[in-house]
Amino acid sequence: MSLSDRPTSESSAIKSGSSRFWNDPDKRALMFQILLVLGLAAFLLSIINNTLSNLEQRGITTGFAFLDVEAGFGILQSLIPYTETDTYGRTFFVGLLNTVLVSVLGIIAATVLGFFLGVGRLSKNWLISKVCTVYIEIFRNIPLLLQIFFWYFTVLRTLPSPRQSLEFLGSFLNVRGLYLPQPVGGEGFNVVWVMFFAGLGATWLLKRWANKRQEVTGQDFPMLYAGLGLIFGLPLIAFFLMGMPMTVDHPVLTGFNFVGGITIIPEFMALWLALTIYTAAFIAEIVRGGILSVPHGQLEAATALGLPRSKTLRFIILPQALRVIIPPLTSQYLNLTKNSSLATAIGYPDLVSVFAGTTLNQTGQAIEVIFMTMAVYLTLSILTSIFMNWYNSRKALIER
Amino acid sequence: MKYELQPMLPAPSSTTGLLGWLKRNLFSNVKNSIATLLIGYFLITLLGPALQWAFIDSDWFGDSPAACTSGGACWAFITNRMDQFMYGFYPETGYWRINATLFLFAAAVTWMVIEKTPYKGYVAFFTLFIYPIIGFYLLYGGSFGLEVVDTHKWGGLSLTLVLAVIGIVAAMPFGILLALGRRSEMPIVKAFSVIYIEFWRGVPLITVLFMASVMLPLFVSEEITFDKLLRALIGIILFQSAYMAEVIRGGLQAIPKGQYEAADALGLTYWKSMLLIIMPQALKLMIPGIVNTFIALFKDTSLVLIIGLFDILAIVQSANSDTDWLGYSTEGYIFVAFVFWIFCFGMSRYSQNLEKRLKTGY
Repeated sequence: MSLSDRPTSESSAIKSGSSRFWNDPDKRALMFQILLVLGLAAFLLSIINNTLSNLEQRGITTGFAFLDVEAGFGILQSLIPYTETDTYGRTFFVGLLNTVLVSVLGIIAATVLGFFLGVGRLSKNWLISKVCTVYIEIFRNIPLLLQIFFWYFTVLRTLPSPRQSLEFLGSFLNVRGLYLPQPVGGEGFNVVWVMFFAGLGATWLLKRWANKRQEVTGQDFPMLYAGLGLIFGLPLIAFFLMGMPMTVDHPVLTGFNFVGGITIIPEFMALWLALTIYTAAFIAEIVRGGILSVPHGQLEAATALGLPRSKTLRFIILPQALRVIIPPLTSQYLNLTKNSSLATAIGYPDLVSVFAGTTLNQTGQAIEVIFMTMAVYLTLSILTSIFMNWYNSRKALIER
Repeated sequence: MKYELQPMLPAPSSTTGLLGWLKRNLFSNVKNSIATLLIGYFLITLLGPALQWAFIDSDWFGDSPAACTSGGACWAFITNRMDQFMYGFYPETGYWRINATLFLFAAAVTWMVIEKTPYKGYVAFFTLFIYPIIGFYLLYGGSFGLEVVDTHKWGGLSLTLVLAVIGIVAAMPFGILLALGRRSEMPIVKAFSVIYIEFWRGVPLITVLFMASVMLPLFVSEEITFDKLLRALIGIILFQSAYMAEVIRGGLQAIPKGQYEAADALGLTYWKSMLLIIMPQALKLMIPGIVNTFIALFKDTSLVLIIGLFDILAIVQSANSDTDWLGYSTEGYIFVAFVFWIFCFGMSRYSQNLEKRLKTGY
């Protein structure tokens, strides 16, 4: 189209515009998306084709039938009964539970340590704040895998043999692990558990009542002491009333190793320590950021109202800081869970090490095994983000 | 009577100088004083022997463990193998090639990092498009009279750097496309981007590396074989582009709506408004985020040892089990930790500074 006939052919331009569909954003978008779908489909098809022909060549049958085959290898630590004669399907659950175990314990420890470090970094005491800063800056800038190696190979692998174990309070620490005395509940110990859960329930009810009363009358209730008393006091009373139905199973050195009690394998200790120490550094920064995000005016207003420091922290600072802290905190929890897969480097029998490691190598069912492993982590991360969205919508600032 | 201004008294000696500082910061009340004394005691009892071990009683050079006689750290273990830790099994005559590659990269990055250098755009273009080609021929060889060095000989710190740098640079364009896709109004494009991003962000890097090393060979027809390094790189790039996309999305969201509307009002097409209006502003905001993902990736490159590549951690790990030098793993790990720490701490400081500098706002 030349410049001269442009003004005269306005109507024809509109007409031709409808014929040149690529100038219509909607149609262009549609075209583009169809192309994307076709491209993806072609890509997937070629992958599936190649995979099928490759598998055929290697003589690997696809499908999940291998899950029912006998595994034939032992696993170092298992929360459910497991022997070498169990199936590959069971190794999946053994690994999964071990992952959950180290993740949950790591999350608890990292949260506690992280909160202390984060608050400590804001301390007015120069020494405390500097120690916390140095800790954070050192441990979050060193790869986690290196920290796991350090704890495992340098610290725990160089411990003395069982005969020269380090002993403290009836526990033994040696190169094979940590041996703790195990309390075993006797007859009637179940009552203690019942009382414990009853205490939890009662605390919850009491808390609701106390909150309601405070909203109506403004009177505060000493919830902390009441709660502690209910949760720990009740079972303790029951324990003594039942005549202390508990024995302790002490680890005893027999032959070359200890028998009895609880055994904590060094692989677990190394992984748990490294995960805790590494993640705590990140949690500390999140906590610090959350506390700093509460405007200073809030603190001043609380002081002006005459609230004591402890109540200022509990009722003014923490609720507002938690709003900022929780979302990144949950994503750190997720990171810790994903990072626990580094267990495979030191042989802690987690999901990746047992299932995507030994089981995969023995069966050669790469696709199914990797798919199942990834599905576990994906589910966890989707659940986490669902929780986060729910929390955000509940706690989001409602502006008036 | 004479009214006269008296000379001002100095502040009480307990509030100024060293004494005042000590009182304010360490001994402001009983609780604080106890904490200070306790922590101080622990620090002295811990740090003293550690320093003694690392510096005073240490041996720095020697060809065998026999040189370590002082009873402290045996740094000879490190200095003796420094070349291997830095260059892996690369032929010694080719060290200059690695040095040149890294120097070129360092120079380009320094040029872009320093605030008032001209021609930043050209340097960025060079780093993103021309430098990778030069780097490939320098490291791998096969042309310009350089002999081929197979990737299984690459290792040490240089391999760590290669993995991290290629990972971040190659993930960049994918990340940009995915971020734009996630903000797109086309439902299929958006769904694809969301699924891609959430999938890779939801799985641990190890499973990605496992997948790349076990499943990738199954996905392509038999004639094509992937190098081990290339497989790891593909895994890292797939993984990293998802994280990159989220950083870039954050930058895009930080641009006020008015900028988009102004670009539309000027009649710019989508790509023009992105390239000329949005991206230049957003990229500036993204740099701290990009540096942070780079730090995470840099630390994560150590995972490649699980699929059998010899990065700096893997090489030290294998040196630890050398029967001639048994029992020096502590020195080895401290050395690797120090190397990683220097890089990561330096970069995080840089990104913090940048964040402060960019906080000028609109």
